[in-house]
Amino acid sequence: MATVHTPSMEPATVRRAFDVERVRRDFPILEVRHGGRPIVYLDNAATTQKPRHVIETIQRYYTRENANIHRGVHYLSQVATDHYERAREQIARFLGATVGCEIVFTRGATEGINLIAQTYGRKFIGPGDEILISHMEHHSNIVPWQMLCEEKGSKLRVVPITDDGELDMDAFGRLLNARTKIVSIGHVSNALGTVNPVRAIIDAAHAAGAIAVVDGAQSAPHMPVNIHAMGCDFFVCSGHKMYGPTGIGVLYGKVEHLEKMPPYQGGGDMVLSVTFEKTTFNILPHKYEAGTPHIEGVIGLGATVDYLNDIGMDAIAEYEQNLTRHGTQLLEEIPGLRLIGTARDKAGILSFTLDGVHPHDIGQLLDEDGVAIRVGHHCAQPVMQRFGVPATARASLAFYNTKEELDTLAAGIRRVQKVFA
Amino acid sequence: MSGSRALYEQVILDHNKNPRNFKVIEDADRKIEGFNPLCGDHFTVFLKLDGTTISDIGIQGAGCAIAKSSASIMSSILKGKSVDEAKELFDRFHAMVTSAPDAPLDEAALGKLAVFSGVREYPIRIKCATLAWHALLAALQGENQQVSTE
Ligand SMILES: Cc1ncc(COP(=O)(O)O)c(C=O)c1O
Repeated sequence: MATVHTPSMEPATVRRAFDVERVRRDFPILEVRHGGRPIVYLDNAATTQKPRHVIETIQRYYTRENANIHRGVHYLSQVATDHYERAREQIARFLGATVGCEIVFTRGATEGINLIAQTYGRKFIGPGDEILISHMEHHSNIVPWQMLCEEKGSKLRVVPITDDGELDMDAFGRLLNARTKIVSIGHVSNALGTVNPVRAIIDAAHAAGAIAVVDGAQSAPHMPVNIHAMGCDFFVCSGHKMYGPTGIGVLYGKVEHLEKMPPYQGGGDMVLSVTFEKTTFNILPHKYEAGTPHIEGVIGLGATVDYLNDIGMDAIAEYEQNLTRHGTQLLEEIPGLRLIGTARDKAGILSFTLDGVHPHDIGQLLDEDGVAIRVGHHCAQPVMQRFGVPATARASLAFYNTKEELDTLAAGIRRVQKVFA
Repeated sequence: MSGSRALYEQVILDHNKNPRNFKVIEDADRKIEGFNPLCGDHFTVFLKLDGTTISDIGIQGAGCAIAKSSASIMSSILKGKSVDEAKELFDRFHAMVTSAPDAPLDEAALGKLAVFSGVREYPIRIKCATLAWHALLAALQGENQQVSTE
């Protein structure tokens, strides 16, 4: 292994220059060949690949450290508990949370948003209140709020987007009002790549007396995130989209909210004492983690942020920006290709349509070249409606992708056009 | 793996580019829309019946090359067929696309429909290939609304 990871490594003082060939060696799956060709994996917005350090950490957990946590007096249970809680601290620091108890583990971004809607939402939202989202949200940042509005007689309002796929900030200003109780916005759109001005949105929400929720599923893997500097009330993300295990996600909540909210689920670990007359809930963050958690997932995610810190999120963001520029240029040169999502501030997501070729057929033919992309509505059907397309083809990048891989993508698209000419 | 070239037979590409019977039949006896909510593909099938014979068929809608060419080929072989023959063809077609990739093909019985045998390698595309057929079947059974593949 080319990279040396010391588990407690903090953002290094001296960092090597970003070297894509070196990081590619950290991802065993990139060696897989299909039909005699390497796989060009450009479906990173759906899920990302896992570095060896994460895979080995999980393997070590099961081979040397496995036990249930928070309840054993024995050696293995203490080791597992230590590693689990240390991972919480590492993840808190990685995301810029102030204290570890602000970090609650969930199954993913989806469960995080549902948790907020079902606890904070059910307690503090009432008839006539408004929840403000945007037209570019993933279904997971739409449906939980719709369900809450239905139950409470509150109203879901939607910030429109421009033809470039940017938030219409003037409209946002008009829609925000004294009845707005929650503003919930995606940091980066998974369908368009747009990076939203979350800081300005959060400040405006607070000025209007609302709380701000940020869906960071597509930002945490690709740029430095500092929740404290951002100032949001809640932040969610998914481990599997940030090079970590599936089935684990992070919910950040401000202590003042987490203290006041009711628990999400009842069970073991979330209680201090139980009698049939009265149950006392556990302290933060355990109050929100009922039952045996995804221990392997948490420890694996701890290893993931270690790995990312070692490379540096700044370096990752800068490299991906260069890659995105290269990819955008290549796609823009293809006649008959329409990029969907051309915001000024964009992450590595290239959504497009081709004249006369349905996205499913694009995806199918690219697969033959070993190029993995996603086709469909990307769980963002309102975005498809906004741009008047049934679906798009989407190439989504990660820091282990190369310019050469994007050249392969572009050549593949031109071949698709020939087949359908 | 044989690759998608086996999926995109020339006949399929041709029907995709020049779909047959893509027209509205204003005085259709039956009209029904097939919809695949997963990808948004939708085709409306218009039928003119002369007793139990399909005297004319029209298709409208949009979808991927597999869905579109399947609708087109379906329309071109069903004109003049009886309702029972059409149902039988549906069964044969459906059994073929859902069979194992290496199962023997009865090309004589399938006729033109055999070009869709490549779909068997890609289970996710079965719904594309059968979308218009499902609409047709519902229309033949006298329904007059939307059918969904879900
Ligand atoms: C912007 C955004 N939010 C939320 C989610 C949901 O993530 P998960 O399915 O991991 O819960 C996704 C996943 O595609 C996403 O892209």
